Amino acid sequence: MSELRLLQGNEACVEGALAAGMRFFAGYPITPSTEIAERCALRLPQKGGKFIQMEDELASIAAVIGASVAGVKAMTATSGPGFSLMQENIGYASLAEIPCVIVNVQRCGPSSGLPTSPAQGDYMQARWGTHGDHPIIAISPSTVQEAYTLMIRCFNLSEKYRVPVIFLMDEIVGHLREGTEFPAAESLELYERVSSPVMGIDKHCYQVEEGEWAPRLNPFGRGERYNITGLIHDEGGFPTNNKATARALISRLLDKIDRNTEDICDAREYRMEDAEIAVVCYGGTVRSAMAAVERARAEGARVGMFRPVTVWPFPEARLRAWLPQLKGLIVAEHNHGQMLLEVERVARRPARMIGRVNGTLIPPDEIYAAIMEDNV
Amino acid sequence: MREYSDLIYKYTRVDHLPHIWCAGCGNGILTRDVAVAFERLKLEREKTVVVSGIGCSSRAAGYLDVNTIHTTHGRALAFATGIKLANPELHVVVITGDGDCAAIGGNHLIHAARRNIDLTAIVFNNNTYGMTGGQYSPTTPTGDKGTTAPYGNIDRAFDIARLAESSGASYTARGTAYHTLETIQAIERGILHKGFSLIDCYSVCPTYYGRKNKKGSAVDMLIWQRDHGVPRARYDALSPEERQGKFPVGILQQNDYPEFIEQYQRIIDGCETEQERSAFIHD
Repeated sequence: MSELRLLQGNEACVEGALAAGMRFFAGYPITPSTEIAERCALRLPQKGGKFIQMEDELASIAAVIGASVAGVKAMTATSGPGFSLMQENIGYASLAEIPCVIVNVQRCGPSSGLPTSPAQGDYMQARWGTHGDHPIIAISPSTVQEAYTLMIRCFNLSEKYRVPVIFLMDEIVGHLREGTEFPAAESLELYERVSSPVMGIDKHCYQVEEGEWAPRLNPFGRGERYNITGLIHDEGGFPTNNKATARALISRLLDKIDRNTEDICDAREYRMEDAEIAVVCYGGTVRSAMAAVERARAEGARVGMFRPVTVWPFPEARLRAWLPQLKGLIVAEHNHGQMLLEVERVARRPARMIGRVNGTLIPPDEIYAAIMEDNV
Repeated sequence: MREYSDLIYKYTRVDHLPHIWCAGCGNGILTRDVAVAFERLKLEREKTVVVSGIGCSSRAAGYLDVNTIHTTHGRALAFATGIKLANPELHVVVITGDGDCAAIGGNHLIHAARRNIDLTAIVFNNNTYGMTGGQYSPTTPTGDKGTTAPYGNIDRAFDIARLAESSGASYTARGTAYHTLETIQAIERGILHKGFSLIDCYSVCPTYYGRKNKKGSAVDMLIWQRDHGVPRARYDALSPEERQGKFPVGILQQNDYPEFIEQYQRIIDGCETEQERSAFIHD
């Protein structure tokens, strides 16, 4: 049976993670994500899981990857400064193909910035924060309900593609309280990591089966003896400088995401059917945009909202499908134009940017005014 | 005729030999000490995990035929913490270096020690950053040279074993590349010890540290270890005057402090009891 609760976004994401089977959390306190660590500390031992407060974010993500290597679904949560510190090991998880989920409840930056204020300034960092070409998935919720349901999707995608998934929340959704429905456990679709039936795969632990995109690395302790490294490695998991091997590995890592965008990418459209203007936004900003679209519609404007849910990779096919009917594109995000670059790349035309970095929300009025200005 | 000993066949990935270490490096000796300790303890290789960071020391993991994970610079203990917590049945051994665990990973070292989590850290301490070509490290003695200390190192050196002890490690020991028997025993007991154990093993780096500081050949450096390191029992019998310039080899201290995972399991068990009780009330 489903259950209705009044929860904060940060709390809901923990409940979603638990429903997904998350049983390990390592983290370090940081505003505005701390409630996630607090709830994990309370809830995990109740489920037989483990919580640990590490000495910093570098250690937190490392412990999470370690737990995942031992076969447990694991996550951490942080905000901008901590997210910056985690980047090196996010790259490690990308290359070594260790599933893990990183929640970033964005706050206003740069540096220590405005710790308790909303922003969406880590959009590009979520994609390109760690060095080198690497695969990544990022998902952004707009409601407390989605903080629950999309968290499950984060774990599913992470386990399926063996890739770190960033849950790109923002302070707006993180600290918002809304009624949240916990679906019945049996109604949830959970993806469990595929393991290899073959024992003693020492030599080819990174070999990818026909028709699959990621190796079936079994948890340490299951019966094999193999090696994991952050160096470019061969199918046996050992470091190599071989150019062909390096090229094949990096190509496969990128392809496993790029060639599965239909499965991975998700977007929501609101009143787009006959829209000539689209407001593109994600996360907490969606709430202001919907109010603005409603108001402008009431005054006859043909406007809709396009909202990437999977923010990386950008759901470009979905946006492209609307382009022929669109005369105006407005991007509303809490920064100085980051997703704007993706929208303009896909649309091949300039878009109007509504952004701000001053610690306050973008009010519906501001988006409404832009719509009406474009609606001539 | 077999090319290698049975020990090598059992505990190393012979396909990946020869190793990358320089001629005369102490790391090969220390890696063998680890393998002998595994053999004596009859550790199930499939249940054994060796975690390493980055640097010369950390290449040891890849040669050992157990589950091995070569992680990022300084973070081996943090990775190991996650592995051990997620599956406490695994024997988790960390092989790290002086730069890896006392400089970039210093914070993880003191906190792993403070938690007294059941991990065994084996430090291949060669007093330098060998992989990058001989820069001074947190254990380079004051005054000694490195490529980044061309006029002599003005930093004071860490004693990693004392650092771990003062941070709460319940077992610390000293090994050297020369004192094989004592080092094997120290590793063995460290693995058996419940809690955080650290074996600070002096390696030798004739290629960089030795050459920069005119320490002679690899053999000369091992002879220095022989002449200055004294097995613990004998060291204890020395008078304060006789101890001058010497250091003890073997177990330095062993204590019975509460272990982190055991403590955490009590919390989990308490939650289960609590749930059973509340379920009973609701019935």
